[in-house]
Amino acid sequence: MNSAAFFFYLFSAVMIGAAFLVISARNPVHSVLFLILAFFNAAGLFILLGAEFLAMILVVVYVGAVAVLFLFVVMMLDVDFAELKHGFLQYLPIGGTLGLVVLIEVVLVVGAWHIGPVSIANVATPMAPGMTNTMALGRVLYTQYLYLFQAAGLILLTAMIGAIVLTLRHKVGVKRQNIAIQNARTPAEAVEIRKVASRHGI
Amino acid sequence: MLTISLSQFLIVAAILFTLGVAGIVLNRRNIIIVLMSVELILLSVNINLVAFSAFLGDLTGQVFALFILTVAAAEAAIGLAILVCYYRNRGSIAIEDINMMKG
Repeated sequence: MNSAAFFFYLFSAVMIGAAFLVISARNPVHSVLFLILAFFNAAGLFILLGAEFLAMILVVVYVGAVAVLFLFVVMMLDVDFAELKHGFLQYLPIGGTLGLVVLIEVVLVVGAWHIGPVSIANVATPMAPGMTNTMALGRVLYTQYLYLFQAAGLILLTAMIGAIVLTLRHKVGVKRQNIAIQNARTPAEAVEIRKVASRHGI
Repeated sequence: MLTISLSQFLIVAAILFTLGVAGIVLNRRNIIIVLMSVELILLSVNINLVAFSAFLGDLTGQVFALFILTVAAAEAAIGLAILVCYYRNRGSIAIEDINMMKG
């Protein structure tokens, strides 16, 4: 067994084990941590496949942003998660059967996949030889898929605005700085000059 | 280059997809785990795309995986924002409690 096969089996086994623990862990914080482990191993699989850029993006985006977001939300919500876990055994028969049926069907379909010579001959954007993965990806992403790339940026912008609008809360009774009012102040209304007679208070 | 065949990658992705589907069914009460299962499903789709891309020698699959990554990140952000919003209104995240629209 060569090293590529060894690492393939290692990454796959750890990833599937971590994915199983994601859906079965009692504590959601553990679920998020196992999700991070699964993403790291998926990044390893991507590197095995020669997609280094996507592997690094997976680590940065998923582990750095999405998983931390999940962790934030899990820790922020004060929920009794043991009570939510209650129905797990109740759904186990139907969930297990459903999963098994889906697995058998998909494995039967993809298990003996064979790439024909026609599909090799008709690739849309062939990988250029002697070029790193990142460079090759950048060359097609900013030329052939430019509009889709911009659309992806728009999706992210929409998601950002949506998330902010959904979670922003305006509390009443909080003193805030109002710069316009501050700038509009003049000495006439800010300072009051009084002539105070000697030995008299105001 | 690789001694591993395409179908091995596809089977690994299929197992991951199945775990995601089973996670949605099994954890029907906990919406956070459901969202994580959706992430697992999207990850398995990405593995499929990258595996096909590598074995066909076609970069389109990796570009597509990049877009799926973007959409998955946006989906997680919006989903968790809705979840936080819902928790503030109801004080619970159980899926059975989501019945305000029933009338």
